[in-house]
Amino acid sequence: MAKEYETVIGLEVHVELATKTKIFCGCSTAFGAAPNTQTCPVCTGMPGSLPVLNKQVLEYAIAVGLATNCDITRYSKFDRKNYFYPDNPQNYQISQLYLPICRNGGVEIETEDGGKKVVGIHEIHMEEDAGKLIHDEWEDCSLVDYNRSGVPLIEIVSEPDMRSAEEVIAYLEKLRLIIQYLGASDCKLQEGSMRADVNLSVREVGAAEFGTRTEMKNLNSFKAIARAIEGERERQIDLIEAGKVVVQETRRWDDAKGESYPMRSKEDAQDYRYFPDPDLVPIVVSDEMLEKIKANQPEFRTEKMARYKEEYDIPDYDIDIITNSKHMADLFEATVAICNQPKKVSNWLMGETMRLMKEKEVDVEDLHFSPENLAKLIALVDSKAINSSVAKEVFEVMFEEDVDPEKYVEEKGLKTVNDEGALRKTIEEVIANNPQSVEDYRNGKEKAIGFLVGQTMKAMKGKADPGMINQILKELL
Amino acid sequence: MANIISDETIEYVGILAKLELSDEQKEQAKKDMGRMLDYIDKLGELDTEGVEPMSHVFPVQNVFREDVITNSDTREELLVNAPEEKDGMFMVPRTFE
Amino acid sequence: MSLLDMTAVELAAAIKAGKTTAVEATKEVLAQIEAKEQLYHCYVTLDKEAALAQAEAVQAKIEAGELTGPLAGVPVAIKDNMCTEGMLTTCSSKILGNFVPTFSAEAVLNLQKAGAIILGKTNMDEFAMGSTTETSAYGETKNPWNPEHVPGGSSGGSAAAVAAEECFYALGSDTGGSIRQPASFCGVVGMKPTYGTVSRYGLIAYGSSLDQIGPLAKDVTDCATILEVIASHDTKDSTSVERQDTDFTKALVEDVKGMRIGIPNDYFGEGLDEEVKSAVLQAAKVLGEKGAIIEYFDLSLVDYAIPTYYTIAAAEASSNLERFDGIKYGYRTEDYAGLHNMYKKSRSEGFGEEVKRRIMLGSFVLSSGYYDAYYLKALRVKALIKKAFDEAFAKYDVILGPVAPTTAPKLGESLADPIQMYLGDIYTIAVNLAGLPGISLPCGKDSKGLPIGLQLIGDCFQEKKLIQTAYTYEKARGEFPMAAKEVC
Repeated sequence: MAKEYETVIGLEVHVELATKTKIFCGCSTAFGAAPNTQTCPVCTGMPGSLPVLNKQVLEYAIAVGLATNCDITRYSKFDRKNYFYPDNPQNYQISQLYLPICRNGGVEIETEDGGKKVVGIHEIHMEEDAGKLIHDEWEDCSLVDYNRSGVPLIEIVSEPDMRSAEEVIAYLEKLRLIIQYLGASDCKLQEGSMRADVNLSVREVGAAEFGTRTEMKNLNSFKAIARAIEGERERQIDLIEAGKVVVQETRRWDDAKGESYPMRSKEDAQDYRYFPDPDLVPIVVSDEMLEKIKANQPEFRTEKMARYKEEYDIPDYDIDIITNSKHMADLFEATVAICNQPKKVSNWLMGETMRLMKEKEVDVEDLHFSPENLAKLIALVDSKAINSSVAKEVFEVMFEEDVDPEKYVEEKGLKTVNDEGALRKTIEEVIANNPQSVEDYRNGKEKAIGFLVGQTMKAMKGKADPGMINQILKELL
Repeated sequence: MANIISDETIEYVGILAKLELSDEQKEQAKKDMGRMLDYIDKLGELDTEGVEPMSHVFPVQNVFREDVITNSDTREELLVNAPEEKDGMFMVPRTFE
Repeated sequence: MSLLDMTAVELAAAIKAGKTTAVEATKEVLAQIEAKEQLYHCYVTLDKEAALAQAEAVQAKIEAGELTGPLAGVPVAIKDNMCTEGMLTTCSSKILGNFVPTFSAEAVLNLQKAGAIILGKTNMDEFAMGSTTETSAYGETKNPWNPEHVPGGSSGGSAAAVAAEECFYALGSDTGGSIRQPASFCGVVGMKPTYGTVSRYGLIAYGSSLDQIGPLAKDVTDCATILEVIASHDTKDSTSVERQDTDFTKALVEDVKGMRIGIPNDYFGEGLDEEVKSAVLQAAKVLGEKGAIIEYFDLSLVDYAIPTYYTIAAAEASSNLERFDGIKYGYRTEDYAGLHNMYKKSRSEGFGEEVKRRIMLGSFVLSSGYYDAYYLKALRVKALIKKAFDEAFAKYDVILGPVAPTTAPKLGESLADPIQMYLGDIYTIAVNLAGLPGISLPCGKDSKGLPIGLQLIGDCFQEKKLIQTAYTYEKARGEFPMAAKEVC
């Protein structure tokens, strides 16, 4: 009988913090600037430059630690991690090894069987991001852009508590939700503001010891993570079954090829010579500082769900979906604040929004229509200025480009025709042209009126109020 | 001499420190480092049980900056000293295999 | 009296009084450089035209009443490990042979605000690693008292420039004695302030937890005046200390009555030159006669300071010097095969022997398996050394001793045996480990005519006691002319 294996997984999750400036200098962290235009002597390792810690970085790190049930280290320090690479301008990265800011936390996830499980967090530490390397095929060289160098990161190191790709994704989704609720990061995997390295080993079911683990990098979507876990699990099992050993190493996942390969070169000793950075002073977290951060923690999901239940008359299912993204919840609340129609706002989010997200493969974090415009759209429908099918059409444009629905409806001439005379005339024509349906209706086939309404709407190019058509039709018939 | 520095150690330290030494220099480095470590081993005479390692001499702590942008685009200055540059970036030997 | 014989404070006063001008003083000092530089080689970089242009601008501001400080219009030399915007800054290393900073060190900016005229950059041991200025990639500096001897180091160019009157004062940096020891060897006054007093921003780091910038000057008055100008709380340097008591010139008071001065027995043991010993003890006697209470005591741990220092400094240096990799600035080797080969060749060709020695040692003591045994052990001993000083300063206001075991050795005698050279730092090094202020001032000459230095060490933030004691001694001692006056 074939042996049964268990996968043991721990994650190292890097999250880019949403600060305005870098961790140790006053350079902007904004995305997409021309290469090296957001740099200074500090983040490019100029001789004589010195780092000074951005307070917001510490506050975000502590806030994430509190939200993930960590102990906050009251006396914390920065260490230098020494390794040579061109994206690392000082050839050391300022990070935390010996006294990380948070330790011993954990978050609860739901497992596949519907049960609950706590994934432990070993530590959370603060560090600086590296620059970007661009390969220049023409010159056969690499080019270095230090705009990202010094962007603040927190690294969340889990315990090896996960046993499947599903648990890993549940854990990541949970972390993402918490961090987004805190506003500490937008946590976009594709853009790299959230990055996960997977530490994975396998062992026979029931074995007491862990197997040898490998670390996998370059995983930039949930799908890639799931595939990489499956691939690595199989690779390790194959090795073991073939009587070979798993080598402890760092591997790079190539999602296109669906395989990983070792990253190590003989010029890398993997000996980082960590020591406390003498240029930075210790961080002492006082009770006062901690209380202040605690007091400023936002409303998290469970609290929000409870409040929605109390304040808004919308189904639990809707509440569940809306609060599953901070961005969605913000959109909901902001729109409701304008139009005061929770039910209708929720319907738009649950219906058309979800449908278009699926159809166009848009992540919830990337929704960019504004609450103002959604509120306007709802008002247009309420006032019967447009009918619901026109509204859906307009919404699709809003979904793509966040247009102002009032202007759009005006420009495209989509307003419902409220001229009863014109409508009556059209309906008379429809009745004349569809004797069969008229007869069916008169013979008691209620449904036939639907066809006539449709024909009228078509003739009106959709710009009519269906209620009014119905009313006139019935009257004429 | 108590500390014997092996060829492997010198090789390893060379990789860490990114230094390339000639055979002659390696021999000298082995001798120098061995002697220096012998000398440093003198610290072993002291009982430091229970003594906290001291990184900073003064209890200066919590030095922060506010999260406010203070720097503007100084790319030209940045690249003034670059040995090689292209398109506003530093040019380096290829890093991808 | 020639302008060159004036102290910095005297010159500034003369300029202010209209007796001379910044331009005249600059011209005179440039002429002196012209005459003496070939012999002593104090400078790595000189910019005469820029100096004259600065002098004219400063003179105009002085006349307009915009610059009134005690150093306005006085020409200064800067050690070549401090960044100077637009002026070559090499750390006397080939690896920074073409490096032109885009900003100036905070200490340099403070001087410029006070109306200093920057003449150029002084020679030093490469990256401040050395005690003789012989490890410079740009040739050795010679001692103006006797050009067959070293000026000391690492701030040898700065000390020699002051002694040879090739500047009116200079900035140096002190990681293990690099201001005090060359000051002693060159017969000038040098001071290392309490760690954190002068911003390190723009100082190219050697041992970050030990480095401090300080003045080298003709007398204690200049020294206090310069320190008052360069000391500042800098928000760009996290280790900068906010102090309210940097009005150091207030301590220029001739009075040591009741001042408790401790002399460590451990500083007068084996290895100390007899002539140095007697000159230093004579100075103690003079202070005793002026009313100070002189006592001998055991400081303890003195022999452990050097191995502790070299472990910590080498570890920090190995990391600090990683940024010199041929990518962003400085030297890049001509031929290379791939990235790692480029790193290795650029660094191996760009750094000198002593620098490589310390980088290798530092990388080793931080490496996996040795960190606890070497690096952490050294940090623990550092704590013990600090405690020993704390205990001493519970009893004494000032500790008095020699700066170095000997006067300036001959050129070429020191580098052959690194450990022997390191032993020369025995009296200065512990001061850096404990972050303390220390001052070196001349207290005599040996039979070869070379100056002997007296070292006074104070508790943290007690520069004023040092200045007061040094000033009182200097008055009692009488004039100690610069080498330029005596031997040339």
